[in-house]
Amino acid sequence: MNIVVLVKQVPDSGSERTLDSSDNTVARASADNVINEMDEYAIEEALKVKEAHGGEVTILTMGPESATDTIRKALSMGADKAIHVTDPALHGSCVIATSAVLAKALGTLEWDLVLSGAQSTDGGLTMMPALLAERLGVAHLSGARKLAVDGSKLTVERQTDGGYWTIEGQTPAIVSTWDTMNEPRYPSFKGIMAAKSKPVTTLSLADLGVDESEVGLAAATSTVLEFASRPPKGAGQQVKDEGDGATKLADFLASKKFV
Amino acid sequence: MSEVLVLVEAVADGDNIGLKKVTLEMLTAARVLGEPSAVVAGASGTAAAVQDRLAEYGAAKIYVAESDDIDNHLVAPKAEVLAQLVADSAATAVLLPSTQEGQEIAGRLALKIGSGLLNDISEVDADGTATQVVFAGAVIVKSKVAKGTPIYTVRPNSVAPEAAPGAGEVIAVDVAISDDAKKVTVLDRTVESGGGRPELTEASVIVSGGRGVGSAENFALIEGLADSLGGAVGASRAATDSGFYPHQYQVGQTGKTVSPQLYLAVGISGAIQHRAGMQTSKTIVAINKDNEAPIFELADFGVVGDLFQIVPALTEEITKRKA
Ligand SMILES: Cc1cc2nc3c(=O)[nH]c(=O)nc-3n(C[C@H](O)[C@H](O)[C@H](O)COP(=O)(O)OP(=O)(O)OC[C@H]3O[C@@H](n4cnc5c(N)ncnc54)[C@H](O)[C@@H]3O)c2cc1C
Repeated sequence: MNIVVLVKQVPDSGSERTLDSSDNTVARASADNVINEMDEYAIEEALKVKEAHGGEVTILTMGPESATDTIRKALSMGADKAIHVTDPALHGSCVIATSAVLAKALGTLEWDLVLSGAQSTDGGLTMMPALLAERLGVAHLSGARKLAVDGSKLTVERQTDGGYWTIEGQTPAIVSTWDTMNEPRYPSFKGIMAAKSKPVTTLSLADLGVDESEVGLAAATSTVLEFASRPPKGAGQQVKDEGDGATKLADFLASKKFV
Repeated sequence: MSEVLVLVEAVADGDNIGLKKVTLEMLTAARVLGEPSAVVAGASGTAAAVQDRLAEYGAAKIYVAESDDIDNHLVAPKAEVLAQLVADSAATAVLLPSTQEGQEIAGRLALKIGSGLLNDISEVDADGTATQVVFAGAVIVKSKVAKGTPIYTVRPNSVAPEAAPGAGEVIAVDVAISDDAKKVTVLDRTVESGGGRPELTEASVIVSGGRGVGSAENFALIEGLADSLGGAVGASRAATDSGFYPHQYQVGQTGKTVSPQLYLAVGISGAIQHRAGMQTSKTIVAINKDNEAPIFELADFGVVGDLFQIVPALTEEITKRKA
């Protein structure tokens, strides 16, 4: 079973993140950029499926040149090779345009299964795998907290708010993973060394046959008008519990009509 | 007046079919843009159970697409229903809930009708400008859709639902679901009980416990306090990772984003990834023994002390005052 894992580089969620005031896109230059943590679960699941069923694991990343760090991290976990779609014209692309480019890139590969993280920690988008499934006309099994592969049949436990649904589909398919699915492995020293010589193919828009006018900020289907730092919430009242903390808190809740 | 489509999110609890509160919130938000029309897409019998309430909250029309094809397959059929309605009606915008399912439908719909979309908005103005709170609540962004019929997914609990009676004219729509939209079959829906508490993203009061709670057994304290306030129970990732509480109750960047009237954080330090999920709560209260815990920076009211002393006393005090 050949598997492609979608991996994104994002500004570290623990660092201060903002937008770039020159063009209202995510400020990537000023942030510590890391692998989207949610994607590690997808990589882990891909490696598990490969271990059980054979095949190859390919990492697919779209992003600036600096995303090579993220790609090496994914390769050091055990993926076999990577495709890095990078082109200056992509800067500021909206989710719709990004999905068009990724769909094209998937078209250059032989795969049975595409795995993706549940969301990206910067944009919070659950949407990308759904967009790709729509474009490619394949099954999308989403929110997987468990995946079973039986030949071409895929069965997934989909996490829902109030429990889970059991859903089923056939390959070729896209599965988006949930972060209780597994425990991502740490790259071993050997893995880190091996990653250095694994093939990474770089593809530009021209390589994919995508016209520059279809992507980037100018073609975005939504426009950021303005942004502002949210005024820090002034810290409120603080009391030290001297045996009367609960009463004081109950008084506060009563004053706000919660009690 | 222009027509705004609102995708209804219904929930089935046994044989009872109800509306998710976010549906009423969307009907309220939609009125700024035009006249709301509710869209019910699901199992047969859904619309009958919810149409009165949809009308009460302003639905002028209620489009009903009910079939096994829709109910037995994941997400994709609902996007086909909406795409057909956008084509056949004079809709000028579409609102969906910013839930996993809502976001997936929104994405597919955007491609089908060639529109742009804005995700997880907390507000929309009459001119279509939408507000999003991003990056763990640190930044507020105002954006506009630049292409097609704008699609918005609306963050639950961001808009106060207000009743405003609409005509509620029921219109059956017949949508032939394509084979492409039937590629994922729903075999079974399993409910994992939340102990009769309100659902996390819908609750107006949430009491969350963190690592400081110490064990799964001790979470009974959190549940007790939540029950005294009629609220839901949440947890930090440290608490879910340690197995104190099931993962689906995790609040934060990689868990649920919540925006209740009252959020009570107990034994939670307030890491940025936790704040990402609760920062837009209207009133925030923290109980923590460390007076320098970052959670106090956002708390409207903070109590520095031992949660094992304060929580039982608080539960008792609230129960007494409510009696
Ligand atoms: C990519 C990424 C995503 C993440 N996503 C999330 C997420 O979605 N949600 C989330 O919550 N975290 C998330 N985290 C983890 C986050 O960084 C923190 O580790 C986590 O929130 C800490 O949980 P906590 O506050 O319960 O634990 P701690 O930080 O250990 O805090 C425990 C607190 O309890 C207090 N305490 C202890 N005993 C008592 C007592 N007896 N009485 C009163 N107070 C007491 C302590 O003073 C302390 O402040 C994520 C991390 C990463 C890297």
